[in-house]
Amino acid sequence: MEELALHILDIAENSIRAGAQTVEIEIVEDVQQDRLHITIRDNGKGMDKRTLRHALDPFFTTKVGKRVGLGLPLLAAAARQAGGDIAVRSKRGAGTEVEAVFQYSHADRQPLGNLGATLETLIIGNPDVDFRLLHRSPKGEKQLDTRDIRAALNGAPINSIEGIRRVKQSMEENGWL
Amino acid sequence: MAKLTISELQKLREKLAQERQTREGNARGQIIIHMGTCGIAAGARKVMTALLEAMDKQNVRDVIVNTSGCAGMCSKEPMATVQMAQQAPVKYISLNEEKIVRILNEHVLKGSVVKEYALAMGSERVG
Repeated sequence: MEELALHILDIAENSIRAGAQTVEIEIVEDVQQDRLHITIRDNGKGMDKRTLRHALDPFFTTKVGKRVGLGLPLLAAAARQAGGDIAVRSKRGAGTEVEAVFQYSHADRQPLGNLGATLETLIIGNPDVDFRLLHRSPKGEKQLDTRDIRAALNGAPINSIEGIRRVKQSMEENGWL
Repeated sequence: MAKLTISELQKLREKLAQERQTREGNARGQIIIHMGTCGIAAGARKVMTALLEAMDKQNVRDVIVNTSGCAGMCSKEPMATVQMAQQAPVKYISLNEEKIVRILNEHVLKGSVVKEYALAMGSERVG
């Protein structure tokens, strides 16, 4: 993964596989404190204690027939190589929160990359899931809530052409594209 | 049983509308882009973006796009599954932006499978 937006896509996909109905993504560029925070929070099924303990182990997975699970370990490596760290908070039945912190100015911090493409992929690819997004940076604050898009669609699927266009339009209006 | 909220009802309605569309043949078919860690690292998001752009440009009205997880063949990513109404699904492997647009134009819109990019046919049930 060469950009943080791809990690965000990957971790949010985990949320969806965990049965989340709502996924919240927060990106905060705190230049004054020289910190970049990325938080992905879901209301999926959460992890039991053993899974949580092994969540950052690349050779641990809960998937049957697989021997590796690289999503969280890759994000952890990206954070640690940039003077930061990762925290995973989860409880069975109570969802999961993944928070990665980076030193903003670190030479090895990956760029945020194409957040617009990540959000578009998540929203259209998972029409049954609600996404709430927030990006705060020195340039200002951007938000998006897919419940607004859904309401404007009048029942047309979010992954049909009407939905795709509406998503793009909302993202443009809110400054994501 | 817990009460359904309005937004849950709305989601249910959307999901059923989509299933009905596919079943009744209103939707010509469905394209699923595999978005596991392996797929994402191999460029699945670029494939998705290219597909959405092509659908928008060509005003493809009756095709539905979804993402799913790893299909179990990480070395063949990016992958997509094309599922046309009343037909067996086809899995496509080692995709890029050009290949997915060709699959949209030839398989999804004109009905002829792009054999050179396909892995296998009929390995999944018809949904």
